[in-house]
Amino acid sequence: MYGRKVKLRFFFVVLVLTALILTVFLVLKTLEENVVYFQSPSEIKTLSELSEKKIRIGGMVKKNSILITVNEIKFIITDFKNEINVSYTGAVPNLFEEEKGVVAEGFLKDRNFFSAIKILAKHDENYMPPEVKAALGDK
Amino acid sequence: MLYSVIGHYSLILGLCFGLILVYLSIKNFQNSKILNSKILSFTFLQFFFVVISFLCLVLSFILSDFSNETVFNNSHSTNPLLYKITGTWGNHEGSLLLWLFVLTLFILIFLIKTKNQPIRYKILTLIFQQIIIIGFFVFLIKTSNPFNYLYPIPKEGLGLNPILQDPALAIHPPILYLGYVGSSIIFSSALAATTLNMVSKKWASHVKKWVLISWFFLTIGILLGSIWAYYELGWGGFWFWDPVENVSLMPWLALTTLLHCILVLEKRLILTSWVIILSISTFTLSMCGTFLVRSGILNSVHTFANDPERGLFILIFLFSLIFISLFIFFFFHKTNNNNLSNLFWLSKETSIVINNWFMMYFLSVVLIGTIYPIFLDVLSAQKISVGPPFYHKLIIPFLIPFLLFMTIGPKLKWIKSNLDDKIYLITLLITSILLSLLIVKNFDSGFLINTILISSAFYLFFITLRDFFTKKYTNISQNIAHFGFSLLILSILFNNLFSTEIITNLKVGQTFESSKTKIIFESIDQKKEKNYKSIIGNFSIQNLQGKLENLSPELRIYNQPNIVTSEADIKTTFISDKFIVINLVPNQDYFNVRYQVKPFMLWIWLSVVLISVGGLMSFFRKEYEK
Repeated sequence: MYGRKVKLRFFFVVLVLTALILTVFLVLKTLEENVVYFQSPSEIKTLSELSEKKIRIGGMVKKNSILITVNEIKFIITDFKNEINVSYTGAVPNLFEEEKGVVAEGFLKDRNFFSAIKILAKHDENYMPPEVKAALGDK
Repeated sequence: MLYSVIGHYSLILGLCFGLILVYLSIKNFQNSKILNSKILSFTFLQFFFVVISFLCLVLSFILSDFSNETVFNNSHSTNPLLYKITGTWGNHEGSLLLWLFVLTLFILIFLIKTKNQPIRYKILTLIFQQIIIIGFFVFLIKTSNPFNYLYPIPKEGLGLNPILQDPALAIHPPILYLGYVGSSIIFSSALAATTLNMVSKKWASHVKKWVLISWFFLTIGILLGSIWAYYELGWGGFWFWDPVENVSLMPWLALTTLLHCILVLEKRLILTSWVIILSISTFTLSMCGTFLVRSGILNSVHTFANDPERGLFILIFLFSLIFISLFIFFFFHKTNNNNLSNLFWLSKETSIVINNWFMMYFLSVVLIGTIYPIFLDVLSAQKISVGPPFYHKLIIPFLIPFLLFMTIGPKLKWIKSNLDDKIYLITLLITSILLSLLIVKNFDSGFLINTILISSAFYLFFITLRDFFTKKYTNISQNIAHFGFSLLILSILFNNLFSTEIITNLKVGQTFESSKTKIIFESIDQKKEKNYKSIIGNFSIQNLQGKLENLSPELRIYNQPNIVTSEADIKTTFISDKFIVINLVPNQDYFNVRYQVKPFMLWIWLSVVLISVGGLMSFFRKEYEK
């Protein structure tokens, strides 16, 4: 039969391999669950089915669309082809402004209504998030 | 104008000296028993010219010389002097010059300070280091020259990004770079030692100094960035798992692992391959960090430059370095397995190895979360982002065994050991569990995981604390660092569990009332500073006991560039931070108010300081200077 050392080493290798496979599986699964996809208002219009998952929507804040009350901020994100209504409770970043780029993270209620849980805005006047740039096309 | 010319030619001279140095070193390497004295003088000259070049850039910034493109893009004549100076490294070109400055400084220190090591090893390290330095010189001069002219000369600059006009962020890049660049010395000397087949205990204790000092600066650098994000970005958090933060965390994790491995190597002469691989990957990750941040590939809260040519250059440079190092590793490295056979399960080295695996696991999680979106974007043009839940889910559960090994590991002896003092180990474990049950008992969700997590953190906390008093520790700096780590985990946990937040929109004069807190928006003041106007909101916060607290958050509207930043007002005590920040949506009457009570915030910072002090103490310990 094999010696104790060989058995031990064999056991060790199996242990490491199992741990490795489990880890890879775990990481991939968590990644799949927690990835947030980015979509433009036009892409949402063409969605065949609405997913329950968290997504990000990016575009411009439409002119004259911001409406603030004590509890809530409402505004419209547009990519100049389609638009979507957003309602949001929470803190807005400094550069949140009408006719400026914005990214909202949250959940779709339907094709025209989005409930945001986080708002990100660009960080300086020259910088536009690449996704927003892409979403706005040539504009 | 004059300074730009001097700076530019100093850079070219520096590059020439780099080439001369490589030539001299190769000659010296082939046929000499003593270090060619010219090598030291040329290294010094190279350093000298980089300093001249750097000073020229600083002077151009101080004098607001807008004929220099970098100054024009990143400074303004109304900026305060401090931010004119720090603007030097607040941009791509200047920060690369700073990299180069630290690179040449470190190799000079290395040559002077390294004694009792073979001459060939010193020369070879110099050659590897010069390859990196020359790469950076070419990169700087070719793609991102800080001394480009502008003609006609603009009257006024574009100004420094206001969020960078802050004392913590002013010194954050230099400190961080000391850590990043320090790892380049580790990289070069690891390659040199592998090539000469002299990876030994003696080499380990020599290179350990460099590991410790880079690790210290990296830790402090990350801390500064984190403190800045806490009060400047106005989200009230200190870590967002933002790609830019992740790229500084990855080298830190690798370096921390290396720090522990090198101890094992120093004492037991095992894990040699592991140490070499870690040395290579730490520097590679630092380079990756620079590449990802500077190339504009990452979209994040603070993206800087956007130039594909730069990205491509760093990428090619990076891959050639990885290729060279892997080649050297596989070609020259000889493993000696004979020592592994007496590796016992219950020993210090085993527990260090196990914790290294955990650390590598954390590193891979961060790496995947950071680069997966980039890959997906390139492969399928799908835009995604990976949020904090990903990291939390994958990292937090594994902190439990990690903490336990951290507690038990240092109690064990090298080679083979039994646990002494079992009674008090068990007593303290029970105390920790009871204590955390008491704290968590009112929680509905995540009861089990929170209890176990807090227990294990408390366990480490108590055991390291007890060791301070009973003087049972084997190594005081290690005990301080581990104690700091337990404090860090505890503070973060309590901070997460017990933070409260109120977000509301208020007009001046309005009051917000919840069951526990009343926020009164009393008034606003306006103030005019040299390069910004500020709006200061005056708030009174009343808690359940009727105690009043006045807080005055500020909004700064900078002239050039025209950007609004919010300065949170934070009342810090040892128990908790009261944090308030306001935002103004243009053309609206309402102010967006965010009020947070964050327990143990101060302890998060203090514990990181404690951790780094542990590293620093180990650096200054005499007994390693053999």
